[in-house]
Amino acid sequence: MSELGFTPNEMMTIAASRALGNDDVCFVGIGAPSAACNVARLTHAPDITLIYESGTIGTAPDVLPLSIGDGELCETAVTTVAVPEMFRYWLQGGRISIGFLGAAQLDKFGNINTTVIGDYFHPKTRLPGGGGAPEIATSSKEIYITMAQTKRGMVEKIDFFTSFGHGEGGDHRQRLGIDTAGPTLLITDLAIWRPDPATKEFTVVSLHPGVTRQQVQDSCGWVVKFAAALDETPAPSELELKTLRDLQARTKAAHEGTGKGKAA
Amino acid sequence: MVKFLPLKQAVAENLNNGDSVAFEGFTHLIPTAAAHEAIRQGFRDLTLIRMTPDLIYDQMIGMGMAKKIIFSYVGNPGVGLLRRARDAIENGFPRSIEVEEHSHAGMANAYEAGAAGLPCAVFRGYRGAGLAAVNPNIKSVTCPFTGEVLAAVPSIRPDVTFIHAQKADKKGNVLVEGIIGIQKEAVLAAKRAVVTVEEVVDNFDDLHPNLTVLPRWTIAAISVVPGGSHPSYAHGYYARDNAAYLEWDEIAADREKFQAWMRENVIEKSADDFAGRVEHLRKRHERAGFHPQ
Repeated sequence: MSELGFTPNEMMTIAASRALGNDDVCFVGIGAPSAACNVARLTHAPDITLIYESGTIGTAPDVLPLSIGDGELCETAVTTVAVPEMFRYWLQGGRISIGFLGAAQLDKFGNINTTVIGDYFHPKTRLPGGGGAPEIATSSKEIYITMAQTKRGMVEKIDFFTSFGHGEGGDHRQRLGIDTAGPTLLITDLAIWRPDPATKEFTVVSLHPGVTRQQVQDSCGWVVKFAAALDETPAPSELELKTLRDLQARTKAAHEGTGKGKAA
Repeated sequence: MVKFLPLKQAVAENLNNGDSVAFEGFTHLIPTAAAHEAIRQGFRDLTLIRMTPDLIYDQMIGMGMAKKIIFSYVGNPGVGLLRRARDAIENGFPRSIEVEEHSHAGMANAYEAGAAGLPCAVFRGYRGAGLAAVNPNIKSVTCPFTGEVLAAVPSIRPDVTFIHAQKADKKGNVLVEGIIGIQKEAVLAAKRAVVTVEEVVDNFDDLHPNLTVLPRWTIAAISVVPGGSHPSYAHGYYARDNAAYLEWDEIAADREKFQAWMRENVIEKSADDFAGRVEHLRKRHERAGFHPQ
């Protein structure tokens, strides 16, 4: 915790939550995206539709799920559908406004790797893989990405294209016949980034309170571009911070409550 | 026609060395007891199919039972990596395994095509994605009406599918509710299906007619195994054991610790032990306002 009264991670989650609106239909990834989406629902966007790939549509969990299929998601959903229906009718059918993704590796054009570090056939580290992400990235109308900045994570060249962002930049998406907007927003623990309208390279448009340009550059593997008019992200409000912290405290208590499992 | 059998016999009668097999469950109703029975019976050279392999395939791969995995997310959901699967892929330990990787959409469509008796699935997928370049089973077709280029993957037709469900009626019809995942498609796509259930009831007369029911003639065998999806959960019966998922990360990180755990918790145990493992999770479920059925 800094003297600011909130952590960089809290600022990231809250900044991400502000980007979501009441009318959004959001395909939610686990981790920071899930926290951001639920803070949005519990503050300024009570009617936002949250969809998890396990098939829960319009869910309103009291605690954050450990996985995308926790019972809480189904119990509080408007409806729960089978996985093929989820991907065919709802995602491929073009009914998702925002796909919200995290990344192990990200490049400046919003391409994401969560598959392998190193060569695909002889990986240094085998990561979990894409799950729903390859199609979320191309079938959602827009993609938001959130991740904590590190040089290992934000790299000049990703090892594997798990999901396609803007490819090599410019009109690469259109050239592949993809008609959705792709990554339109990147929120890190230090800054808010938007793609340049022409090159599609992520550009810093707002620094979080107390963050310097140098800090952003030092934790990023490519040469960072900054917008001419650079904003400062408004600090979290008391309500936003309280909502996020209460949610995380409830989540921690719920996940500790199961006791020690004797077998797995 | 469906037979009610003890799990040991149901597995022995329906699984063979070299089979392609799906133990399906999308985060909910994972057929752990059936997988553990397969581990005890020591099958070899299996092709393991599942969208989200998670703990049971980590265990089967770690025991050297798999020659190939077909999957779309090889992680411990919400926790991290699958360490036994990683050891096999990265180091060939305890044996090297062939990997066929898809996206969730690819797998879901492939199961659906399998259930529909089609040779392949067609969908709008893998655009710009690296998987298409490393998996020769991801191809493309051109729509004969619009000219759009679409992804095509072969349908999934397992030799046998195992699932866990809430209940069967006395005739052998099976009810699945809550997060229903891919289980119906995985059963209908398979040559044979084995279902473990929490309980058997006289009939389904008092249930809503639109619930997901697999008719008895789509299933080869049913075994009653209360708690059979632990540490996953059974909606309406018991909650998910999140602590067990977190603990697995530590157990699976060490080859010897893994072996010791498998001996103690799988090899030397039986399907009857599952009921005891969910006892504390049933109570938690009841406190949260869910009534045992």
